[in-house]
Amino acid sequence: MQSRMVELETRNQDPQGDHGPQERNYILSLHDVLMKKSILNYNGGCVVAMKGKNCVAIACDLRFGVQAQTISTDFKRVFELGPHLYIGLPGLATDTQTVLQRLQFRIKMYEMREGRRLKPHTLMAMMQNLLYERRFGPYFVEPVIAGLDPNTKEPYICALDLIGCACEPADFVVSGTCSESLYGMCETTWQEDMEPEDLFECISQSLVNAFDRDALSGWGAVVHIIEQDKVTTRTLKCRQD
Amino acid sequence: MVEENERPQAGFQFSNFGRNEALVARGFQMPKCRKTGTTIAGIVFKDGVVLGADTRATEGDIVADKNCCKIHYLQPNMYCCGAGTAADLEMTTQMMASQLELHRLNTGRQVPVIAANTMLKQMLFRYQGYVGAALVLGGVDKYGSHIYSIHPHGSTDRLPYTTMGSGSLAAMSVFEARWKPNMELDEAKQLVRDAIAGGVFNDLGSGSNIDLCVITKDGATMTRPYDVANVKGQRVGKYEYKRGVTEVLNTVVRPIEIVSETVKVVSEEDMDTA
Amino acid sequence: MAVEMAMEPDYMRDPRKHHFSPYMENGGTSIAIAGDDFVMIASDTRLTRGFNILSRNQEKVLRLTPHTMMASSGCWADVLTLSKVLQDRITMYSHEHNESMPTTAVAQMLSTMLYWRRFFPYYVANILAGLDEQGKGVVATGASVAQIQPLLDNQVAALNMKGATPPKMTKDLARQLIHDAFISAAERDINTGDGIIIHTITKEGKTEEMVKLRRD
Repeated sequence: MQSRMVELETRNQDPQGDHGPQERNYILSLHDVLMKKSILNYNGGCVVAMKGKNCVAIACDLRFGVQAQTISTDFKRVFELGPHLYIGLPGLATDTQTVLQRLQFRIKMYEMREGRRLKPHTLMAMMQNLLYERRFGPYFVEPVIAGLDPNTKEPYICALDLIGCACEPADFVVSGTCSESLYGMCETTWQEDMEPEDLFECISQSLVNAFDRDALSGWGAVVHIIEQDKVTTRTLKCRQD
Repeated sequence: MVEENERPQAGFQFSNFGRNEALVARGFQMPKCRKTGTTIAGIVFKDGVVLGADTRATEGDIVADKNCCKIHYLQPNMYCCGAGTAADLEMTTQMMASQLELHRLNTGRQVPVIAANTMLKQMLFRYQGYVGAALVLGGVDKYGSHIYSIHPHGSTDRLPYTTMGSGSLAAMSVFEARWKPNMELDEAKQLVRDAIAGGVFNDLGSGSNIDLCVITKDGATMTRPYDVANVKGQRVGKYEYKRGVTEVLNTVVRPIEIVSETVKVVSEEDMDTA
Repeated sequence: MAVEMAMEPDYMRDPRKHHFSPYMENGGTSIAIAGDDFVMIASDTRLTRGFNILSRNQEKVLRLTPHTMMASSGCWADVLTLSKVLQDRITMYSHEHNESMPTTAVAQMLSTMLYWRRFFPYYVANILAGLDEQGKGVVATGASVAQIQPLLDNQVAALNMKGATPPKMTKDLARQLIHDAFISAAERDINTGDGIIIHTITKEGKTEEMVKLRRD
């Protein structure tokens, strides 16, 4: 019994199976390599969120493409859901929009029924249910939530995978086509208790330098810094190639 | 297909399934979801059970979460470690915790561990292994201390010591060498720690800290982390950016103004008996 | 659906090609930074296969000539073969020309050797670093390249920063960047860890330094 289990574990998790050279035809077409032909990468795009001192930041790129072809450069994938509550939905663009609409419906129902504002943690639970409901036919989005708790004003960030597994770390979350580069940048540049201005520089530099090494995201960026008394939205100057 | 009713419905929804299959047929890979390439373990000792787990969640070769919790609450006398697809584990254990609580309220007594085992295996068998949850269930009830291992297809074993996940062999080698019946608490905790450490250091899918959960007839105690097996590396440089170094095209500041604020003081009040 | 497929006899299924898979990914990450009068090259010391660690102490930087080194990662068997053949040809060169082979010549030869196997390539990612002909260049390769490269772009080339100019590359700064980049990679990449060996090549000679990384 044990051995059968182990077999299953290794079959599911052996990284060789994912992208080891055995699996792929070793004369790869350049197109396949560049496009990492997963449906999550079809339209490109990335989102990152970070915690600061009494503030949170969430940022996204602006590219909307169809594989290698760029269609537009003003596609926002971070949305406001409340005064202190933002969600980023990188992934397949059609699902970004569908999930946003379904989510907005559920949030409105919640706020009407409960007569109170949605907390970021509740949004996470709602998102988990929405995504896990489609465990066997998922939406291709990997959401990132950033916000301040309406009661305690505690910063909150969270990332979910496409079937709703939440991860709520103390530092930063990343998602999208250049998540590896974002991990590398954020891991080095993030520090504890950053003031809003420093948080802005940190998240912007992390995002811009990460997506400059990714063909599928970039073409501008939007950064939201969420503080107790205000939200500052900045559009960044970036490479346009 | 238009869904008439946007309200959340019970059970899984399959309306995207056809579309997704069509995409796969066109040569797109199904994305990988987050897995916990894990080391989890549980043993029976003199007064109860000890459960242990590492805290790494991976997405392919990347560490998605350095300190995730893999020991899930089911009942005050029962906890469950999980390996496999992270979302499945989270949702399965949440669902099971509520079912067991209803069971407890319906029967008016503590839920025996074997009941949880049966409910879990029935659920997993129903989904034919598609719900990718491999569990180590541990608890103490009026019949004694129990460790069960539950496989994704729904088969279960009742064992004195067991391990699961990608680091299961590393952890099991420690148990095979050192487990014995009727161990004392401290010895049992040390043994589980060492077993998990075996997975943490020798299996790339497992890492970071070691969590333990001790359950006796007096209740459960979670120790998180029990051992910080890996300290975060210290960087030499400081990577602070000078303010204003990022080029900004335009800035919009929207103040959040509080229009009105009511403070209602809630305090105990004497009953009016006049 | 899956059950039906399994029950189908094999002659009913589509013809299937059995793949020849001669390669293996053994991980490894390397960085090199060049300064005006030095070059620094480093690699981690972990060798992996799947989820297993084959060695925690495998140096991946090869000493080619007194002033040239090469970091190789990828399929370890290919690394060994490639380095052996490369070493042989460098020795032959030094015997023929009665001088050690210049770095640029080694680079050219390596390029030729790799292209010679165009249709059955060595599965190896290489960084060649050495003295003579030094540009201000930075290279990272291997498992964590995606995590490290943008950081180096930002810190070495000062990209995306208004008014910032690339800093003068000193040995201290190069060492700090290499060290910190590996710390970050070890945090997030499961294939990178255990330790790093940082080599510095200057006119005066070579030095090496070993730094420990997390072991999980």
